[in-house]
Amino acid sequence: MQPAHSNTVIEASKLGLTFQTSDGPVRALSDVDLSIGKGEFVSFIGPSGCGKTTFLRVIADLERPTSGSISINGMSPQQAREARAYGYVFQAAALFPWRTIENNVALPLEIMGISRDERKARIKRTLDLVNLSGFEKKYPWQLSGGMQQRASIARALAFDADLLLMDEPFGALDEIVRDHLNEQLLKLWGQTNKTICFVTHSIPEAVYLSTRIVVMSPRPGRVTDVIESTLPRERPLDIRESPEFLAIAARVRDGLRAGHSYDD
Amino acid sequence: MDRFRDKIIPVTTLLAGLVVLWYVFAVIMNAPVQRDMDRRAGEDPRFSEFIGKTLAQAKPTLPAPHQVATNFFENTFTRKITSNRSLVYHAWVTLSSTLLGFAFGTVLGILIAVGIVHFIALDRSLMPWIIASQTIPILAIAPMVVVVFAAIGVTGLLPKALISTYLSFFPVAVGMVKGLRSPEILYLDLMHTYNASASQTFWKLRVPASVPYLFASMKVAVAASLVGAIVAELPTGAVAGIGAKLLAGAYYSQTIDIWSALVAGSVVAVLLVTLVGVAGRIVERSMGGRPA
Ligand SMILES: Nc1ncnc2c1ncn2[C@@H]1O[C@H](COP(=O)(O)OP(=O)(O)OP(=O)(O)O)[C@@H](O)[C@H]1O
Ligand SMILES: [Mg+2]
Repeated sequence: MQPAHSNTVIEASKLGLTFQTSDGPVRALSDVDLSIGKGEFVSFIGPSGCGKTTFLRVIADLERPTSGSISINGMSPQQAREARAYGYVFQAAALFPWRTIENNVALPLEIMGISRDERKARIKRTLDLVNLSGFEKKYPWQLSGGMQQRASIARALAFDADLLLMDEPFGALDEIVRDHLNEQLLKLWGQTNKTICFVTHSIPEAVYLSTRIVVMSPRPGRVTDVIESTLPRERPLDIRESPEFLAIAARVRDGLRAGHSYDD
Repeated sequence: MDRFRDKIIPVTTLLAGLVVLWYVFAVIMNAPVQRDMDRRAGEDPRFSEFIGKTLAQAKPTLPAPHQVATNFFENTFTRKITSNRSLVYHAWVTLSSTLLGFAFGTVLGILIAVGIVHFIALDRSLMPWIIASQTIPILAIAPMVVVVFAAIGVTGLLPKALISTYLSFFPVAVGMVKGLRSPEILYLDLMHTYNASASQTFWKLRVPASVPYLFASMKVAVAASLVGAIVAELPTGAVAGIGAKLLAGAYYSQTIDIWSALVAGSVVAVLLVTLVGVAGRIVERSMGGRPA
């Protein structure tokens, strides 16, 4: 098991969420026990409908659990949201089309009442971080999909929350752009020591990025396996050909198969 | 060049066709009266002469295009614009109440939409009334409004403008409700993660998202305002305005005057709708709209 962290960020126990739909109840999450420590990079992987998004949305106070408990930095999700404890990156970039890139990044800062000068400084810093300097005045439609997604990451980083929730942020991008963004994300994580929860469908992506990989399975959505990564924190892209990497990937694949998730 | 081929040629062809058709109908419709007049005068004109006469009557059943054009040209460009015969003068009278009513209507429509979007109770209680209000024929309401206002000593611009307001607030209210509700859940979720207040969500998300809807509905509303202003002039015995011109024309069987007043009304309508469209494009461009 995970060694006890002195600094737990997310603590879920017996967490469950059942949606009441017209076709009857859907158990999106059932008995999820998970503890995530400060500075961890945790990936969630599993077949469609296993509750990955739902789990992230519970953390973000976008859904209410129907059983069990969850705390973020010792607070309830609502308190954590009100304290702006996390930045959320959705699968779609969700930039406001009527705002330039810099104004999109400024959006959360405006809402949080941060002064104009401070906003300017932070916009510059975060756009540098995601390699978008020079695109401040462009509108979203003038940027490629990958650049838009980086802008949305910059927006989530701008208010400097310690927790980053990312729901398949690179799902819609091609492999080359994705590799590049993975590398940048790892670098960013290394520089900032943020805690990151990352949803993905890709085994290599999960293994490359994570310190821990949570394997989930559907009907009901639950955690079936938690795999610790033995890879070092410094990870060049070609680490993905190393035997160690392949071994972890194989374990994840086995975990997914054991949840016999892809049978039906 | 492409624009020329794609737009101007088809449009002119269509227009020319319509004008030819108009002439044919003018001859057909004016022929019985002309035959009557000729019989009484004891004349027996040749065919070509007869056609010429049907297109040159003083009070034709259907005036020919050139008669309307001449009348329109004379009354627009050759008269002092302060003259009672000037179409510019009448158009201006109608235009001013249209614009005032349109401004009221737009503001009222926006206020109603904001209320409906923010208070569920209003959505349930107000919407049926708003829809019901639009089922009452404007021709029934216009005289009542004018008479009631005249009774308390208010005449002229304001009652007419109110009828324009009555017609124009509706499209704006409906369009703005749709516009203010247009942001997808994704964007609302995003604002929620920032713990944005309702007013922040309103100003930073709902309002900018509603702008295209606003201009689309304002185009409809401005045309409705013009109709309202013209209709309001009909029952009031107004002495000025395009509606008054139509009424006077009907009263004295000045068909050519009626038609040229109609043309003036259409010109004003096209101008207004185009103006709103241009304003909309400028605003959307300044909001980062992708050039079409
Ligand atoms: N708002 C909702 N109402 C009803 N059912 C829902 C709702 N949101 C999710 N579900 C159901 O809950 C289950 C888990 O959904 P969730 O979106 O968390 O899956 P996921 O693991 O993110 O899948 P994917 O990989 O396709 O994104 C699914 O069966 C889904 O149909
Ligand atoms: Mg999902």
